[in-house]
Amino acid sequence: MRVTIRLFAQLRDLAGAAELEREVPDQATVQTVWNALKREMPSLGQYEGTVSVAVNAEYSRMAAAVHDGDEVAFLPPVSGG
Amino acid sequence: MALVAVTAERLDLDALASELTAGAPGDGAVATFTGLVRDHNQGRRVRFLEYEAYEPLAVRALQRIVDEARRPWPDVRLGLHHRIGRLEIGEASIIIVAVSAHRADAFAACRYAIERVKQIVPIWKREHFEGGEVWLEGATADPDDEEARQTAQRIACA
Repeated sequence: MRVTIRLFAQLRDLAGAAELEREVPDQATVQTVWNALKREMPSLGQYEGTVSVAVNAEYSRMAAAVHDGDEVAFLPPVSGG
Repeated sequence: MALVAVTAERLDLDALASELTAGAPGDGAVATFTGLVRDHNQGRRVRFLEYEAYEPLAVRALQRIVDEARRPWPDVRLGLHHRIGRLEIGEASIIIVAVSAHRADAFAACRYAIERVKQIVPIWKREHFEGGEVWLEGATADPDDEEARQTAQRIACA
């Protein structure tokens, strides 16, 4: 199945892309997507432990299942205000 | 006018306050907070800031803050607008308005709202300073982190 990956701020800069389409295995979780992304772009690993995640523009968890067509977002620590 | 918004337009505090106070003669207090872009940060001379948001989630997070604030301060009405894009020194990046019958609740809800914005709203600022630029990073966003929420509430009531 395919998912759309959204990256923001420093994560986007490190990846060189705001949006990526990736094939992921059935039964994939957000963690699966993150792990694959880190293998592809090791510099993203610096956000291990501080990244937040969202699925279809709702906050989610690494353990959450993803489905075909989902938008999976990885969010560095926020700095609004 | 929406009570929560993420926008590239200039923020209008008077308009948001008017929206919240219209037709409510029981109100006795309006507390507001305006965040401004300042010309220095951590010893650096700031030239301007660029704000980026994950917009649909940012709007939901702002709405969540409004909903959360109803528990401790049920009679407060809140509005929050956050600006994105390039902001010059002195421009407003965020405005918050809290309206209530009484000042204590209005002040507390207003303070709670800005503390929660800094914890859970997916917005990032890129600081352009003399000599470089850097993404600023604060809290790892986790709206279900009850300890963080209680910290915000404690600060609000201090």
